[in-house]
Amino acid sequence: MKVIPIQPVPAGEGEFQSLYESHRKIYPREATGRFARWRWVFVWLTQAVFYGLPWLQWGERQAVLFDLAARRFYLFGYVLYPQDFIYLTGLLIVSALSLFLFTAVAGRLWCGFSCPQTVYTEMFLWIERKVEGSRSLRQKLDQGPFTLEKLVKKTCKHVLWLALALWTGFTFVGYFTPIGDLALEFLQARMSSWEVFWALFYGVATYGNAGFLREQVCKYMCPYARFQSAMFDRDTLIVSYDASRGEPRGTRGRRDDLTAKNLGSCIDCSLCVQVCPTGIDIRKGLQYECISCAACVDVCDSVMDKMRYPRGLIRFTTENALRDRITGSALLRRVLRPRVLVYALILLLLSMTLAISLAVRTPLKVDVVRDRAALARIVSGGRIENVYRLQVMNATEELQHYRIRVDGLPGLVVAAGEETVVGPAESRWVPVRLQLPDGSAPGGSHPIHFRVGTDSGEAEVREKSVFIVPR
Amino acid sequence: MSDFDHAFWSIFVSGVTLVSIVACLLLLWVTSRKKVPARPDNTTGHVWDGDLTEMNNPLPMWWVWLFIGTVVFSLLYLVAYPGLGSYSGELKWSSESEYRGEMAKAERELAPLYSQFTSRKPEELAGDANAMAIGERLFMNNCAQCHGSDARGSKSFPNLTDHDWLYGGSTEKIAETLHKGRTGVMPPMAAAVGSADDVKNVAHYVLSLSGSPHDSLRAQLGRSKYAACAACHGATGKGNEALGAPNLTDDVWLHGWGEQAIVNIINQGKTNEMPGQHGKLTDAQIHVLTGYVWGLSNKAPAKP
Repeated sequence: MKVIPIQPVPAGEGEFQSLYESHRKIYPREATGRFARWRWVFVWLTQAVFYGLPWLQWGERQAVLFDLAARRFYLFGYVLYPQDFIYLTGLLIVSALSLFLFTAVAGRLWCGFSCPQTVYTEMFLWIERKVEGSRSLRQKLDQGPFTLEKLVKKTCKHVLWLALALWTGFTFVGYFTPIGDLALEFLQARMSSWEVFWALFYGVATYGNAGFLREQVCKYMCPYARFQSAMFDRDTLIVSYDASRGEPRGTRGRRDDLTAKNLGSCIDCSLCVQVCPTGIDIRKGLQYECISCAACVDVCDSVMDKMRYPRGLIRFTTENALRDRITGSALLRRVLRPRVLVYALILLLLSMTLAISLAVRTPLKVDVVRDRAALARIVSGGRIENVYRLQVMNATEELQHYRIRVDGLPGLVVAAGEETVVGPAESRWVPVRLQLPDGSAPGGSHPIHFRVGTDSGEAEVREKSVFIVPR
Repeated sequence: MSDFDHAFWSIFVSGVTLVSIVACLLLLWVTSRKKVPARPDNTTGHVWDGDLTEMNNPLPMWWVWLFIGTVVFSLLYLVAYPGLGSYSGELKWSSESEYRGEMAKAERELAPLYSQFTSRKPEELAGDANAMAIGERLFMNNCAQCHGSDARGSKSFPNLTDHDWLYGGSTEKIAETLHKGRTGVMPPMAAAVGSADDVKNVAHYVLSLSGSPHDSLRAQLGRSKYAACAACHGATGKGNEALGAPNLTDDVWLHGWGEQAIVNIINQGKTNEMPGQHGKLTDAQIHVLTGYVWGLSNKAPAKP
């Protein structure tokens, strides 16, 4: 067994620090550029969906509604039962595979561009900038004394934040209670206690996470942060500082000759540090806090433009590309490597499977439950009778007439429960009696099948059960 | 029933709980005062396998505040709710009172649904599709376990769809059965009847009452011995609804058909119990169920 040599920490050297430290607020500087624009596209897209979807109607009802009390989940034309959770599983698997795919290609894109934490932090930061001003103004305001101006600005900011947060909480509850009704309930002060609780809970969570915690969610709380980094390989596009081009860094005049002065492209303006929402210095290399938001890319590109240097001192590139100096189409070929192609293929197949299975889904479900108190009876006419109850679940939004038939034993007939009517999105227990002439089958348990369907035959379900003949 | 009913256990549990909470606070206090060396490269200084180092980042202070928050919450909780041994908490919460509260709330919420039914007669409800849909669901959830999903019963569980009633088939009697339940007791009658042979004879006599196949000679011999049974089952064997004594002259054999089954009952007696639903179902629910059960063997009167 190999003994790992450990160099003990020399005693009495250097400063001492506490095990805990207070949070130092990060004031990200504004950055504009390609990636900042993409981030705002995603903010608008995701929030248009989140805030807008509950307001869409489908016929008489809300298009997207999760009626927990009645256990029905309405997705546009679909009525989904708890038994349909397999589709949710499918959706989660597809989401996970998508995450694996684009994380393998380009790192923490989810984090930097579409994660709700980032999206809401962006929205709250926008409000903060509008009320309190640019980075240096915000810092001065916080460090300064408590004046009337400070009181007004802070109050204004928190009121706007709370309004947005409570609207978010309200919208969230609107996925579970029809949002029009919810609005009426709110105006008439008769929201139920659970509705109030969840709206406040989600609202306060939004306010706390986006207003105060911000990058600390990414740094300490989020599991995605930790395992996404484990999905990188040397061909993953990550936010990288091209040290071979940038070092040695230092100030210089714009027209200075770099080779003569022995300087790299980095002018040490530290703007990349100022714009970083997680407070790291990307020039030290990729660190786990980096959420791949590319604000440093944007700001460095704008500085390079001013210096008339080529862009891309900080850019999306791969470890291999930096080491082997690969660019352009060669880099693209490396990005589209077997691992990426396999993820993409599996993702495509699973998405298609999910879509097709949803499209051809039979809007009828049946469960067969045998009576257990009386396994079998002998009734008049010398017939053996078994009693069942069938749970017939109508997953359409119209009244349906279903007929119940049985096969599997010659002579077996449905004595009662041949026809049943089930209301829209209703599930109903239907008692069914099956009879078999005595002597038609030996004693024991015989497998049979129930066939339940509409008269037209468009929806038919086959469910197995047994018929017991007493010995 | 718990074995831990000595007063010691309550003190023990309270002690362990409070000491644990104090220990957590102590842990927080000790670690917050501890100082560790800070290196310029922010690592612990240990190096493994040539170049593996360990960062030494301090934990966020708000985690400490959260921890203190949980301690404060736990102390408030232990004052309000039971947790310290047998102390029942200032709010006097118990799972039984929570159950009662939930049942009362459910009854309050269901009351408007049932209010349209409570003023009408059960016979009338049998013709109301809404009432019968509710009745069917109530039956499926509460009655079908014994009486079958189709209400046709099984051995020792009566068939509710026929016209044979042990205690009476009027809606009043059905409601009474549902509320209070029924306990039908037939004592072992072998001693009163006589010898084993006598019991067999009486069995054949009983079979003859309903016109079932029987041994006529034995039936003749059993007739005189039947007097012991007449007290409950009536001189002509028509039964007694006040006692729940079955009618022996019909074709319904709730506890089994044939000589052996009847002999067994005479020898061993029979106690057949239906649990009362009062307290488990609300009066309104029992009212709707009465209509449903009555409607299984009767047609609702035509609407005026």
